[in-house]
Amino acid sequence: MDENQLAGYADKNQLPPPSERIPAIRWLKQNLFSSWFNAILTIVSTALIMTIVFGLLRWALEARWEVIPANLKLLLVGTYPVEHLWRVWAVVYLVAFLLGFSSGAHGGLMRRVSTTAALVSVVLAVLPFPWGTRGWLLGIAVAAAAGFGLGYLGKGIRWCKRLEIASWILSFPISLIFLNGVGGILPVIKGRTMWGFMLNLIGAVVGIGLSFPVGVLLALGRRSRLPAIRLVCTAYIEIIRGVPLISLLFMASIMLQLLLPASVRPDLLIRAMLTITAFSAAYMAENVRGGLQAIPQGQYEAAYAVGLNRALTTILIILPQALRIVIPAIVGQFIALFMDTTLFGFIAILELLNITRSIMGNLEWRGTIFELYVFIGIVFWILCYSMSYVSRRIEKTLGVGER
Amino acid sequence: MLSKKVSSSHSVPFWRDVRVLRVMGQVVFLVIIAAGILWLLNNLQVNLRACGLRISFNFLRNTAGFPISEGLRYNPTDVHGYAFWVGIVNTIRISLIGIALTTIIGTVVGIARLSSNWLVKKLAGLYVEVVRNIPLLVQLFFWYFAVMLTALPMVKNSIRLPGSIYLTRRGVYLPWITLAESFGTWAWYIIGGLVVAIAVYVFRRIQLKRAERPGFPIIWAGTILILILGAGWFLTPGNPLALTIPVLKRFNFEGGLWLSTSFTSLLIGLSVYTGAFIAEIVRAGILAISRGQTEAARAVGLKKAHVLRLVVLPQALRVIIPPLASQYLNLTKNSSLAILIGYYDLMNVGTTIFNQTGRAVEMIMLIMASYLTMSLLTSLLMNYYNRRMKLVER
Repeated sequence: MDENQLAGYADKNQLPPPSERIPAIRWLKQNLFSSWFNAILTIVSTALIMTIVFGLLRWALEARWEVIPANLKLLLVGTYPVEHLWRVWAVVYLVAFLLGFSSGAHGGLMRRVSTTAALVSVVLAVLPFPWGTRGWLLGIAVAAAAGFGLGYLGKGIRWCKRLEIASWILSFPISLIFLNGVGGILPVIKGRTMWGFMLNLIGAVVGIGLSFPVGVLLALGRRSRLPAIRLVCTAYIEIIRGVPLISLLFMASIMLQLLLPASVRPDLLIRAMLTITAFSAAYMAENVRGGLQAIPQGQYEAAYAVGLNRALTTILIILPQALRIVIPAIVGQFIALFMDTTLFGFIAILELLNITRSIMGNLEWRGTIFELYVFIGIVFWILCYSMSYVSRRIEKTLGVGER
Repeated sequence: MLSKKVSSSHSVPFWRDVRVLRVMGQVVFLVIIAAGILWLLNNLQVNLRACGLRISFNFLRNTAGFPISEGLRYNPTDVHGYAFWVGIVNTIRISLIGIALTTIIGTVVGIARLSSNWLVKKLAGLYVEVVRNIPLLVQLFFWYFAVMLTALPMVKNSIRLPGSIYLTRRGVYLPWITLAESFGTWAWYIIGGLVVAIAVYVFRRIQLKRAERPGFPIIWAGTILILILGAGWFLTPGNPLALTIPVLKRFNFEGGLWLSTSFTSLLIGLSVYTGAFIAEIVRAGILAISRGQTEAARAVGLKKAHVLRLVVLPQALRVIIPPLASQYLNLTKNSSLAILIGYYDLMNVGTTIFNQTGRAVEMIMLIMASYLTMSLLTSLLMNYYNRRMKLVER
C-alpha cells in the first residue's frame, strides 16, 4: 500500500481544509479572461449560449405543449385499455416497493435512488394531473415507504437478503405476466405491439435480463481451453457485433418464420425481444470477458490449491468477483439497449418514437413535431442520465480501477 | 520419471481420461450445434419449397426498376446487383464523410472539455452529456423531420449562408469544384509532383535517421509538391479546376453541389452523436499522458513541436486509436438507420430489393456479409496497428 492510499484513509476522519474564498473578480479573471485567447473564447461562447437560450425560450413559450398532456396516456402506454391501467400501476408499485425494501435493507446508494423516486412521484402529484392520476402517483411514494419499513425491520434477519434477491428476480416475469394477462384469471390484453413507452422499458429490461445468463456463458466459452467451444462462441460474438441491430431486426421480421417449422409462429413482439436478447448477449459477453480478464491469476491458483476443480473455481471464486467489477459496464449496456429499443419502430412496433406518428397524423395536432421530439428527448435524457449517474456512483463504491 | 512409469503400467480407462473426455465434450458440443443449424436449414428448405422458392442469386441479374436518387450514376433499368453496389458505395460515402466530420467535432470538443476557460469547459460538457443520453434515432428524426423538412424554408425563400451556401427544404446547395477540360494536362503534374515528393520524403527521412536527428520530412515533401502543382497551374492553358456556384433558377437551384435532405440530416445526426463519444476518447487520451512526459522532453532539449510529435502524440494515439476505430465502426453500422429517413444506403437498397423480389434469405446474407466485411477489414487494420504500436518491453 503506497503513501497516497494511507493518506486517503487518514483523510476520512479529518475535516477538509477550509475552502479558499476567491473574490468574484479574481475568479472571472482566472477562469474566463486569463489570456486574450481565453477572453475571445469567453465572449464567443457567451454569444452562443445567449442565442441558444433565447431561441429556445422564445420557441418554448410559443410551443403548443398541450399536445403532450392531451396524448400522455397514448405516449406512455399506447393502446393499453383504460379499465386495465391499474395493472400498469400495480407493476410500478411493485418496483417502488422493492426499491424501498432494498434501500431499507442496505441504505447507501439504494436509499438515495428510492428516496429520489418517491420524491419525484410526490412532485409529479402536485402537477395539474386529473385527481385520479394524482392519487395513483402518491401511491408510488406510499409503496416505496412501505417497502422501506419492511426492509428496515428485516435487516438483521438472515433469509431477508435471499428473499430480496429472489423477489427482484421473480418480479420481472410476474410483471410481464401481469401486464399481458393469463388465460382465465386476468384477461389477456390485445395489441401488445402498441404499448408506447412501456415497450421501450420492457424491451430493455427483458433484453438485459435474458441476455445476462447467455452472455456469461458466451464469455466463459470464449475463454475456454477447448478450441471447438471457443471458436463457436467467438464466431457468434463477432458476427453479432459486426452487423447493425437494424439488420438483425429485419432478419427477425422476415426470415425467422422461414427458419422455424410452420407450426411455430412467434408474434412480432416476441421476435423483437428474442432479437434484442441475441444482440445484447454478444455485447454482454464482451463486458463479462473484460471482468474475467481483470481477475488475477493468483485467484485461480489459490482456488486449485484449496482443492476446487475448474468448474467450482469459476462458479464460486472467479464469477462473483468478475461480475461485481462489470456492474457499471452492464448499466452502461442497459442504457444503450434502452435507447436502441427506439429501433423497434422499424418492424412496425408502436413504441414511444413510432407512436408519435399517429399523433402527428391527427389533424388537430399538425405541426407539433418539435414538441413531441423534444418531449421524447427529455424523457430519454432524464432516465439515461440518472442511470449513468447511479452507475458512476456504483463504480466509486465498488472502487473499480482503484484497487 | 516415476509418474510416467505409473501411468504406463496402470493405464487409465478412456472414459476417465481427461484428454479423451475433452475431445468427446467438444465433439458432443459440435454435434449439438450442427444439429441445430441443420434443423433450421431443413425448416428453411421446407418453408421455401412451400412458397415455390429456391435459394439462388440469379435475381441479381434482373432489372431493378426502382429509382435511387443519389450516389453513383444509376438507371432504374440497371440490374439489382448494381443497385446494391450503389447502396454499398453510398454507405461508404456517408461513413467516410461522417468519420471526417465527427473526428473534427470530437477533437475540438474533447480539447474544449480540458480548456482552462470555465465557460468553454462547461459548454463542451453539456454537449457531451446531452447528446450521449438521447437515442440516435430520436436525434436523426429531429434533424430530418423537424429541422430539414419542417423548419427550413422552401427553395424560393432559402436561407443563404456566407459563401453561397443555401439551406432549403429540398436539401443543401454548396459551391463545388468541378474538373475543367484542361484538367487532363494538369493531372500529369499531380502525378509527377507526388512521385518527386515521395522521393524527397524518403531521402530526407533516411538522411535524418542517419544523423539521428528529429525533423519534419513531410514539410519538405509538402513544399515541393505545392511548388510543382503551382507551376503546373500556370503552365496549363486555362484553369484546370472550375468553381460552380449554385444559382436559383425558376424552380430549383442549378450548379454547385446538392446534398439531399436525407444525406444532410444523416450526416449531421451521425457526426454530432458520434462526436460526443469521440470527445470523451480524446479527453481520456490527453489525460493519460502525464505532465512529467512533457516536462522531461522539454528538459532533454526538444523543441515544442518535437515534444508534441515525438513524445506526446505517439503515446496519446496509442490510447486513443483503438476506441476511436470502434467508434468509426459504430458510425458505419449506425448509418444503416438511413433506411428510416430515406437515404439510399445498402440497408435501404437491400430491403427495397427484398420488397421487389421476395428474396429474404439472399438479401439478408448479402447485407450482413457487407457489414461484416467492413467490420473485419477495420479490425484487421486495428490488429496490425496494435501490433506495430505495442510497447517495446525491455
